[in-house]
Amino acid sequence: MKILVAVKRVVDHNVRIRVRPDGSGVETQGVRMSMNPFCKHAVEAAVQLAEAGQADEIVVVSIGPKPANDVILTALAMGAHRGILIETDQALETLASAKLLARVVDEEKPDLVLLGKQAVDDDSNHVGQMLAALTDRPQATFASGITLEEGALKVTREVDYGRETLALPLPAIVTADLRLNIPRNAALPMVMKARSKPLAVRPAAEFGVDLTPRLKVEKISPPPERVAGSRVGSVSELAAIIAADIDAMEAI
Amino acid sequence: MSVLVLAEVDNGVLSPATARIVNAASQLGPVDLFVPGPRAAAEAAASLAGVAKVMVSANSLLADSLVATLSELAVLYPYMVASASSVGKDVMPRLAAKLDIQPITDIVAIEGKNRFVRPIYAGNALETLVDDQPRHVLTFRASAFAPAASGNTAPVEVLENTVQSAAQLIATHRTESDIPDLATAQIVVGGGVSVGSAEGFQLIEKLGKTLRAAIGATRAAVDADYAPNDWQVGQTGKIIAPDLYIAIGISGALQHLAGIQGVRKIIAINSDPEAPIVRIADVALIGDLFEIVPQLTAELERLGIKR
Repeated sequence: MKILVAVKRVVDHNVRIRVRPDGSGVETQGVRMSMNPFCKHAVEAAVQLAEAGQADEIVVVSIGPKPANDVILTALAMGAHRGILIETDQALETLASAKLLARVVDEEKPDLVLLGKQAVDDDSNHVGQMLAALTDRPQATFASGITLEEGALKVTREVDYGRETLALPLPAIVTADLRLNIPRNAALPMVMKARSKPLAVRPAAEFGVDLTPRLKVEKISPPPERVAGSRVGSVSELAAIIAADIDAMEAI
Repeated sequence: MSVLVLAEVDNGVLSPATARIVNAASQLGPVDLFVPGPRAAAEAAASLAGVAKVMVSANSLLADSLVATLSELAVLYPYMVASASSVGKDVMPRLAAKLDIQPITDIVAIEGKNRFVRPIYAGNALETLVDDQPRHVLTFRASAFAPAASGNTAPVEVLENTVQSAAQLIATHRTESDIPDLATAQIVVGGGVSVGSAEGFQLIEKLGKTLRAAIGATRAAVDADYAPNDWQVGQTGKIIAPDLYIAIGISGALQHLAGIQGVRKIIAINSDPEAPIVRIADVALIGDLFEIVPQLTAELERLGIKR
């Protein structure tokens, strides 16, 4: 089985982001970047399937500027076999990203495509679902468990009411949630070895996809700030406050 | 200009989120509601103010089959709207790509017929978008909007369900409880990893029961198996916006704070006066939660809180 994993380079999730005062966006200059956490779970799931003898090739793809090579190298160090960078300096909307990935799916014909469920920069949670539509494949989003038995894929999903398990025919698209697995930190020899694995850099223009944004970002603004209120010293004071709040609620 | 709204149905029952989504969507035009579920859920949906027509079908909730149905209905509508729930998140981007539309999701404010605000970076920034596409695919955060009134009697049309899904639902694990719906609750009591165990969470649940509150948990508490996954509040869990949130033993990790930004009033009970949650709480009580919470529950019961 062949697996394609799509990964995104984002502002590291431990960085406290800063909104530019002119409203033009979030400051990304001189900020630490790394692989989107959800994408790491997707890579780990692919590597575990390969280690279990259920996948023989893992291709990892990313879309972004040249430094996005770093997140592909991270995935190669974790155990993926080769990488593709679709190079563009333009910030893409999710539909354009999904269309580029659909072209890669056409070329590579993977049995399974794994992605993170969302990227922690724009928090969109779109691309896996869009790719499933564009390639007309079944999807299982927000996966917390993946098993493959005799070519039948079973995915447990985290949903609002609890969990559910789907059976999907291959080829299929699966997006990873955080409880899917614990991503490994690649050991140094693997990091060194990753540099010798094939990594193709291809300009986005080569794919013939219209990347023009559909939406206009009018502004990016900071959220309203919360400040500390009062401290109370006893349970009875706190109970009185809660009781008063609830009385006020009922008055509405 | 009318709006096709995908109703939220859970376990055959219309979810409280639907009233909020209908109310938000009716700012864009008259609402036709598609209910993938039983006739009773459609009747409940028909009573919501702002609904012009209800269409009901015994559709599965799986993404490919819902998208097949919705994309046929969609030709008549400039707006297609759903809740930013696990179903809406699963379905609407797929629908959008099928219709070649860039969707806007997790909308928390409507500033015009084509101008919407959504949080990014776990709510640490807000993005205002203008959508000049001729048709729009949108999801709204239910907690950010008030519910529509009831008393309407919209007509109900039954659609034949002919769509098959390639995927198949083979098992569900539902947390059975009579606790109010977390995403739309007026009061939420939340516990963090400091609660220490599933037994410890019973203290949280007891306080919640006294206040008829929904129960929330941090990702760390869910990861440690102290609480079920459907209680998780945060960037990757549920987004809540109750009038009152009582955060117990919760330090206030960024990804948890992302889920509570719409809360009107935060009360923190924490042993650490420097915890990030204490710095943003409206009221804080510093101390041992295992002493405070049982006392607080008893005191509120003594005061005879009735809701």
